[in-house]
Amino acid sequence: MAKKIGQIVTSHGEPGPGDGGRTGSWRVLRPVIDLDRCVPVKKNKMACFICWMYCPDGVITRTIPPEIDYEYCKGCGICAEECPSRAINMIEESRFITEDE
Amino acid sequence: MHAIESGNFAAATGVKLARVQVIAAYPITPQTPLTEKLSEYVESGELDSQYIPVESEHSALSVCIAAASTGARAFTATSSNGLLYMSEQVHWAAGARLPIVMCVVNRGIGAPWTVWNDQQDSMSQRDNGWIQLYANDHQQIIDTVIKAFHLAQDVSIPVMVCYDGYLLSHTYMPFEIPSQEKVDSFLPAFSSHYHLDPDNPANLNSVTLPDLRVNVHGDMAPAYMEIRNALHKDLRGSIGVLEEIDEKYKTIFGRGGCPITEEYLCEDASFIAVSIGSLSYHLRDVVDTLRGEGIKVGVLSLHLYRPFPDKAIIKALKRCERIVVFEKALSYGYGGMLYGDIKSALYDCDERPLVQSFILGIGGREIKTRDLYEVLKEACRTSKPKTGESIWIGLKL
Amino acid sequence: MNAKTDILSLPEEELVHPGSRACSGCGLSIVYRIGLKALGRDSILVVPPSCLTVLQGLYPIASTKLPSLNVTFASTAAAATGVLAALKALNREHTTVAAWAGDGGTADIGIQALSGACERGENFIFICYDNEAYMNTGVQRSGTTPQGVLTTTTPFSGKLQVSKDVPAIIAAHGVNYIATASASYPLDLFDKIVKAKDIQGVKYIHVHTPCPSGWGFEPQYAVKVGRLAVESGLYDLYEIEYSEWRLTGPSKRLLKKKRLPVEEYFKTQNRFKGLSKSRISEIQKQVDEKWKGYGDRSK
Repeated sequence: MAKKIGQIVTSHGEPGPGDGGRTGSWRVLRPVIDLDRCVPVKKNKMACFICWMYCPDGVITRTIPPEIDYEYCKGCGICAEECPSRAINMIEESRFITEDE
Repeated sequence: MHAIESGNFAAATGVKLARVQVIAAYPITPQTPLTEKLSEYVESGELDSQYIPVESEHSALSVCIAAASTGARAFTATSSNGLLYMSEQVHWAAGARLPIVMCVVNRGIGAPWTVWNDQQDSMSQRDNGWIQLYANDHQQIIDTVIKAFHLAQDVSIPVMVCYDGYLLSHTYMPFEIPSQEKVDSFLPAFSSHYHLDPDNPANLNSVTLPDLRVNVHGDMAPAYMEIRNALHKDLRGSIGVLEEIDEKYKTIFGRGGCPITEEYLCEDASFIAVSIGSLSYHLRDVVDTLRGEGIKVGVLSLHLYRPFPDKAIIKALKRCERIVVFEKALSYGYGGMLYGDIKSALYDCDERPLVQSFILGIGGREIKTRDLYEVLKEACRTSKPKTGESIWIGLKL
Repeated sequence: MNAKTDILSLPEEELVHPGSRACSGCGLSIVYRIGLKALGRDSILVVPPSCLTVLQGLYPIASTKLPSLNVTFASTAAAATGVLAALKALNREHTTVAAWAGDGGTADIGIQALSGACERGENFIFICYDNEAYMNTGVQRSGTTPQGVLTTTTPFSGKLQVSKDVPAIIAAHGVNYIATASASYPLDLFDKIVKAKDIQGVKYIHVHTPCPSGWGFEPQYAVKVGRLAVESGLYDLYEIEYSEWRLTGPSKRLLKKKRLPVEEYFKTQNRFKGLSKSRISEIQKQVDEKWKGYGDRSK
């Protein structure tokens, strides 16, 4: 069969992060975990992790301590609102921007 | 095996021999016996296929699109308003490059309601990126259906196999049913460029931007325009692939050799009548009579309408003096579609025959041999050929 | 049925990449992220035009790590049927097929195909994430928009009609499993999807999905707003399993607790600004009646 047809070209998306770009740039407020209040950190055992469960973008890790991926965190504030220990504070993002950025 | 059966039976049997794996269809006159026959084949175990009695034509083609995307050979059939109801899916299947085969049993479109034959349904869908093949008799129906599955998966473009409602779908003719063994030797197992697989995940046919964008590998990925251009280019390329497949079919089954155009008494013809479908054979009777009167006329039947085989058309027609196009469809507000396509193909030729256009048989209006004879004779003989407009034959008021 | 799964036993693996185009605080993002954990890797998804289309990403990047088929708006359930038919033909029936549609793609333009699939007994999970309007195209009213809500196509008088009870429509088809869930109760949602995987036929899960952009509230309250809908008895978590109806989780607990006044829910969102006091007390009465009926039914 003579090759009259080349490679088939279709809209075929492959998995990868950042379809919306560096969505961390959306933030006006940044969630910061107070390790003195965070339950799994205080007890040093797997517990709570309500912030991990509710994070819409899955940017909090279920680890001790929980870590937030600021590259993609949109700053929605759900984690801070739902944390039962009020261990997450929403801080102005502008406080974290350094001169050379 | 010899059979004397209907055109719908021929189509259904072709589907069975092609070992289709997923069938989804919604009944619509005059396709219904095709659908019924397929459900008999499946329920009796003669055909090992999923048969989905969907709740609409739109869903019928949706099932086929999803099944083909998952890696199965899929088929549906419809007519008229059913084809139009699934219209967005028809475009989708082409853009998604899916090797689906669909039979369209040609029937006029509402409004007003008609169940009788004309070719407006499939012809008005010629721009959507599907390959369109037309059969003239029952043997061609079954042969073309089988070839269509091979073609569709070779080029990753869906194929419409069209045949006249009632005139072919419901009449009985003798034809040869190929053996399963021979069809198996002709038609490879289903394969496609990609199938949905958790081990190889992809997101198919999501929103695609107007411009290029970097993909996850860091390479520039094509955008909507490139994807659509590829469909168009591959459609053009499929003309050659169809010829090769037909060659292969002829080698195995001994039938074929005219996959694009089928000529009758055209070699020395000064005048050539052109048509699509069963009308082509009806015209042969008229041509025989006119030849008896000394008029050098022939009939060219077009089997491949899209992609439009302009080179083959030019080659077949440019040497004659006059072309007379007979159509059972038109582009409303202008004229015959095939007529327009032929004229446009010939426009850049040094030799340009006169082209005349006749519209007939709309909504199943009977096409009388007497009328065909008089119109064709007049078209060949007259010193004032009617060019530049499509003329309706058979109107009674 | 109380949620058996707890936060620590939810699968850790993320099946969605971060950095999607979903709004900040999107309720669907929570539903989708947890829902995919329940479906697992051996799944194929079917997605019509909707917010999820955007969340899943624009070509050539996909945020989902599972194979996913974008389809036309009306065809979701038919496409899911087609995927299943192919899997059956190819002896790959172990793969879960899950359709994810918004309220429009389920209850309005999508309802014909869904009804056909239910009647045929197709074996897929159909998850409707109901943000109560056509959010992807900019907050136009849908069949599930509650009465009185301001949308861009009901901009001044609010929607005149009450919303469609989609689970009841599906239940009328006699399918084996129908459930309602909420973005604010992910564990309850998770367990329902896991249960659905082992049941035959269409499994329909209707998920109340708060939308900060479309409902008019600050993103950080997305979970709280959904919780208020349940705690006020306006939106109920239940399942109908082989025709047996039962309340689940927080809604079940509400049988023995005092419900919050519905006004507490309405006042959190700008879209309810048009609701009059008399209309709110009408709704309160309807909710009270409904719960009286639940009380009788649950005995």
